[in-house]
Amino acid sequence: MSTGNTHHYAHHFESAEHEYESSKQGVWIFLTSEILMFGVLFVGYMIYHHMYPEMFKYGAKALDWRLGALNTVVLLTSSLTMVLGVHYCQVNNKQKAVMNLAITIACGAIFMVVKYFEYSHKIHAGKLPGMWFTADTHGFENLPLYFSFYFMMTGLHGIHVLAGMCLILWVLIRANRGEFNENYYTPVEGVGLFWHLVDLIWIFLFPLLYLV
Amino acid sequence: MAGAGSNYLNHEKGIMSWLTSRDHKRIGLLYFYTVGFFFLLGGIFAMLIRTELFSAGMQFTPELYNRFMTYHGVIMVFFVIIPGIPAILGNIIMPLQIGARDVAFPLVNLMSWYCYIAGAALGVASLFMGETVLWGIFGGADTGWTFYTPYSIKFSAANITAAFAAFVAGFSSILTGVNFVATVHKLRCPGMTMNRIPLFVWALYATAILQVLATPVVGITVALLAMENIFGIGFFDPELGGDPVLFQHFFWFYSHPAVYIMILPAMGVISELITAFSKKTIFGYTAIAYSSLAIAGVSFLVWGHHMYVSSQSEIAGLVFSILTMFVGVPTAIKLFNWLATLYKGSIQMQSPMLYALGFLFIFTIGGVTGIFLATIATDVHFHDTYFVVAHFHYVMVGGTLMAIMGGALYWFPKITGKMFNESIARMSFVFIFVGFNVTFFPQFILGAMGMPRRYADYLPAFESLNRISSLGSYVIGFGFIIALYVFINGWRKGAPAPANPWGAKTLEWTVPSPPPHENFDKIPTVTAGPYEYR
Amino acid sequence: MWWIPAAAAQTFMPPAATDIAKRVNSIYEFLVISSLISFVIVIVGLVYFIQKYKRKSENDKTAYITHNYTLEFLWSFIPFVLFMVLFAWGAKVYWDMRVSPEDAMEIHVNAKKWDWEFIYKNGRKITSDVDDKGKRIPPTMVVPVNKPVKLIMTSIKLNPNDKRDRAVLHSFFVPAFRTKQDIVPGRYTALYFTPTKVGNFHVFCTEYCGTGHSQMLGMVKVVEDNDFNNWVLGSEGGGPKELSMADKGKQIYATRACIGCHSLDGTPMTGPTWKGLYGSDRQFNDGTSTTADENYLRESILNANAKIVKGFTANQMPSFQGQLTDEDVTNVIEFIKSVK
Repeated sequence: MSTGNTHHYAHHFESAEHEYESSKQGVWIFLTSEILMFGVLFVGYMIYHHMYPEMFKYGAKALDWRLGALNTVVLLTSSLTMVLGVHYCQVNNKQKAVMNLAITIACGAIFMVVKYFEYSHKIHAGKLPGMWFTADTHGFENLPLYFSFYFMMTGLHGIHVLAGMCLILWVLIRANRGEFNENYYTPVEGVGLFWHLVDLIWIFLFPLLYLV
Repeated sequence: MAGAGSNYLNHEKGIMSWLTSRDHKRIGLLYFYTVGFFFLLGGIFAMLIRTELFSAGMQFTPELYNRFMTYHGVIMVFFVIIPGIPAILGNIIMPLQIGARDVAFPLVNLMSWYCYIAGAALGVASLFMGETVLWGIFGGADTGWTFYTPYSIKFSAANITAAFAAFVAGFSSILTGVNFVATVHKLRCPGMTMNRIPLFVWALYATAILQVLATPVVGITVALLAMENIFGIGFFDPELGGDPVLFQHFFWFYSHPAVYIMILPAMGVISELITAFSKKTIFGYTAIAYSSLAIAGVSFLVWGHHMYVSSQSEIAGLVFSILTMFVGVPTAIKLFNWLATLYKGSIQMQSPMLYALGFLFIFTIGGVTGIFLATIATDVHFHDTYFVVAHFHYVMVGGTLMAIMGGALYWFPKITGKMFNESIARMSFVFIFVGFNVTFFPQFILGAMGMPRRYADYLPAFESLNRISSLGSYVIGFGFIIALYVFINGWRKGAPAPANPWGAKTLEWTVPSPPPHENFDKIPTVTAGPYEYR
Repeated sequence: MWWIPAAAAQTFMPPAATDIAKRVNSIYEFLVISSLISFVIVIVGLVYFIQKYKRKSENDKTAYITHNYTLEFLWSFIPFVLFMVLFAWGAKVYWDMRVSPEDAMEIHVNAKKWDWEFIYKNGRKITSDVDDKGKRIPPTMVVPVNKPVKLIMTSIKLNPNDKRDRAVLHSFFVPAFRTKQDIVPGRYTALYFTPTKVGNFHVFCTEYCGTGHSQMLGMVKVVEDNDFNNWVLGSEGGGPKELSMADKGKQIYATRACIGCHSLDGTPMTGPTWKGLYGSDRQFNDGTSTTADENYLRESILNANAKIVKGFTANQMPSFQGQLTDEDVTNVIEFIKSVK
């Protein structure tokens, strides 16, 4: 009976397949909620960008687009390894699954380290949100607002990266225990979807903050 | 395990078995206790408000009044009415009605209750923060439940904590929403097509969609408000180049749909009550079901009707006015359908039915006065006066609370396995219904006369009507004390309830009262619609 | 309460002191009567059905009626038509209420925590007062009857140097005029009315603004034309001892170095001329354009780089944010408006 490949689904589902489908749908519904949450910041960004286009252009110059690009590459790589991690769980390759999940976490860590350097540079330069801003505004009266957006948007995204890393660590530990197989890999898949969303949001943040 | 007499109430014992339960019925009851507690707390604040307004001149201080007003709003909106029907009645009844053993994600369901508790704890904690105004310990936010900027940018710990309370409570709402959407999509029993689910489930489904899509918007908005108080980020602060009116846009983008999060489930409950107590199939099932979805959809496009005079453009005002008129149509459809359901029925005036008919009476007044406010020229006069206060209490309190009470009594035998005392329950209805109308009808007149809302003091000309209103509020309070007695007495001493005391047709009445832990011994198969009284 | 005759309902509204208020009353009456009719239909139907179809025995047979398309169409369509009529009617009245009348007399309104200041163009400033017993006498705005009035309103701080304090939202509401408008810090909002009735009318603040919200009362006193002229000329109640708003603005123009870059005769200098600036069409470097109203002028004074007029360069003008008070800015704008 217990070959290790059968999954005991919860009592209120008809089958493991039914549980998988339902869980996956739940994750998708939650992700729409996340998108709406970030949506507020994006709408706010668009409105203020329209109000103060010159100021936003000037503010973007203060960011180093090379660091942003580096982080973009890092996150894209992590999305790839995440996909591979899910794939290897599905084909019962425990070793490769764990390795790919570990690389994903490492990429997340690199992202956060780069962010740390970017943040500390700005904090030292006094380029802080709103009323903590102490740097020279160079005639752009509302420049602090740009840095409010920078810190709020990347900060909320950063929290999501950290949360994603914790979740991946959780599935990594479970994968290492051999809990996933071709019949049961729902948590890895769900966490993967979340990670892709985090990645996707960065794909929008990078051009808006660093390039426009 | 499931021996004779084993049910969800007694199959495990001890407080921990409740606090860690993943059974949707137990989580619903946990919500019932906590929401009930906050309802009493919010009710006390309401009485204090009415006591201040009993006479012209100050009974308390304006600082104190503004906090009563704020906490009455915050508690009643975020901690009572929004979770009220979905998290209590929805949690307990909805899986039973669609023939499921539980909601899709039982653990997430439990988490949502803990989010609620965390949010509620923050809300209570904020009462002790900020500038103290009473006995050297009580302070709290005085921003009103709408937290309008820039007044709410005061760098005050109370504002930060109250904003985070709303943020955390929002998570509870999102998690419930995610759970319900997935449950309705995936866990219906064989034969239970979307055209056969009870109308209560349809209403919860439309509500859940709103919860998932609208709540994150207010969540991040109040989080930004907290950031504004901590860091002075300037998004909504004109001194730093921000736009205070943008806060209102974001806030109402959620809070208008939130109005429907409050009223749609109530409408669902009413559909159940009317069919059960007139022993007649619902008139216009499809129309009622789809009008719920229509209301949910349009509700995302009407937030600007809270802001006709906020300095948004005239054109925007006109667009929001016409869109608001569109919401009126599906609402009218529902009302007429319920009325038509009574036609040629076999109507029994039990206390849940009394509450349902009370709902129809009150909701009709709430509905038609909504048109006064949707018409943009008259709204300019009524905006932010007592007319608005009366209108939304007629809809949210008269509507939603009538439905909560009716629904709670209707499903009381199912939930507890006991019958309540019918004649005392009827008495509670009389007090609540009469008290409600005496309290809030005079406020329409006060609003027409031009008395602005959120006034701690008023001109002597407004005194007599305010006095009637205050007296009415004490009558409501008394009515709820009776209702509380009905619940406690019924649970402790009530006669055992049969499986189907009302002769209703939906699935929850096919299982014993109270239901067993796993709801159904064998998952039922459905072959017809939910209200087949032939 | 529903038996209150609709005709009496109007009496709950304060007396209508403008033409717009009378038109709002007509909509209100129509709403009251039509709501009453719909309410009676619903409640009579309800009571009738409850009586007629009362349960007689446990085994009552009920009719099995699932729908009736004709009925459903009717009770969707009739409300819809009614709502659309109300929308159109309301929209028309609203539009007339909000459109700036020609040659309106302008009065500035400053709202602060928790009082009103009414400032006339000639510099006369009305503030609240205190009587012998220490009771507050609300400020009274005096306006002539049958003459359009435009209020230019903004919200100011009590102490501009207090970094933690914020100017907050208020709302100017005159029930007798059936009109109100929120007052937003950092910008000007406008309110129009043409009083047709002589008398004293209450002004309320209707946007929650904190502790003193309910004490923030004012009055509008509508007087005959002659009385108003006498009042303004000062034969009644003091008269202007102060400079006019434009003259105060002119002083700032001269002393705060505006004069170095902005001409008054139409010649462009480092900055655009002020001659004919107000109300003109501004073309900007990034291709957009706007009409130069009070809010545009305010932004340009406080945040010069926000929009750069075609033909001029950025970073020439220092920011006056924190250098000029809200009142100074309003005076400068009044001066610009006077340079035609």
